Amino acid sequence: MKFLCVECDRQMAFEERRLPGDGTLAAAFKCPGCGRVVALLTNPMETQLVASLGVKIGGTTITAQPLETVRGMVTTGRDDAFTDDGQRTTEGAPAWSAAAQERLGRVPGFVRGMVKKIYADYARERGIAEITPAVMDTARAELGLEGM
Amino acid sequence: MPLNFRTYHELTDPDRSGLPEQIGAQRRRVAERVAGVRQVVAVLSGKGGVGKSYVTAGLSRAVARRGRPVGVLDADLNGPTAPRLLHLPVARCTLRGDAIEPVVNAEGVKCFSMGLLVEDGRPLAFRGPEAESHVWRGALEAAALREFLADVAWGPLDLLLVDLPPGIQRFQELADLLPAPPAVLVVTIPTPESADAVRRALRAVHDRGAPCLGVIENMTGGPFAGDAGDSLAREFDTPLLARLPFHPGVHAWDALAQRLGSAS
Repeated sequence: MKFLCVECDRQMAFEERRLPGDGTLAAAFKCPGCGRVVALLTNPMETQLVASLGVKIGGTTITAQPLETVRGMVTTGRDDAFTDDGQRTTEGAPAWSAAAQERLGRVPGFVRGMVKKIYADYARERGIAEITPAVMDTARAELGLEGM
Repeated sequence: MPLNFRTYHELTDPDRSGLPEQIGAQRRRVAERVAGVRQVVAVLSGKGGVGKSYVTAGLSRAVARRGRPVGVLDADLNGPTAPRLLHLPVARCTLRGDAIEPVVNAEGVKCFSMGLLVEDGRPLAFRGPEAESHVWRGALEAAALREFLADVAWGPLDLLLVDLPPGIQRFQELADLLPAPPAVLVVTIPTPESADAVRRALRAVHDRGAPCLGVIENMTGGPFAGDAGDSLAREFDTPLLARLPFHPGVHAWDALAQRLGSAS
């Protein structure tokens, strides 16, 4: 999908994405000519359709995780379905605040490992020393992690 | 005065969302992962209950006994049976780098299945709005199939058997995802009803340009009367690779594996 500023006859550029957490999605697009901003608001079914394709409006800066869609969307997955081979580096790994750990603990076991890695990679790449709920909220919106 | 604005393809500025590029990257990931697989073979039928999964499991074990590296992708996401049919060990799926390791049975058959991931006795369920779920559920299942192809470390294989659910939809998705349509093995039981359903599926395979390696007639010599295997093989000019009785022995599976090796 693309947005056109009819007055300027210019293609509008993606500006920002927000995930309120209720299954909806909001994305802002700005006209590079006149600066006009419009918002795209999708209902839960439309958001789901996009998520089902495994793509993210506004793009993504992180590498896809193995079975990302399956782990992110299946609700009847086994808590103990996955194990990590433990070869991942802990060098430069950010700390987790108590509140962030508590929040991570509420994530179903089926997807928790992947969610933890995504947030850790996000923090590491931005030089964030400690992951807090606020960092998780920002990451969710920036990375398009609906429901995570 | 009516608005005069341009259409989608007339807008050519770089787009940060890059949705076509994201889809393209997904396809490349599938192609790279299966690049080490000599042949992807879809096991299909137009009909349920003809023994596709049973044949897939028996054939894969026979291929492994011949010393050929073989994998089974259980594409029946809602009714996965491969883990039990292949006697897979109870094991967690290991994440290693950018992939998941397939589970390997005692004979060396590599397998990945939704049955390894979903809680016992529960259906495959997805997060999302329940109303109108038929709109998005098919897309999610296709995404799961894509990830089973792209994110499982299949490694070098002579043969990757894809066990499809009844019908033709998952075959079409598989053909969409792979760089080229997969070869096909068709399973039927002897009855004319089965022949009718399988004929439709074979026509779709033909229309898609997928090569058919042959027909396997399953559950012969029992209560099911008919000659579906022969008639379909004649009609589609493809070999009848095997007539399998209800309880085929090792020799029957080995003979099928040998014939398949010749056919492919």
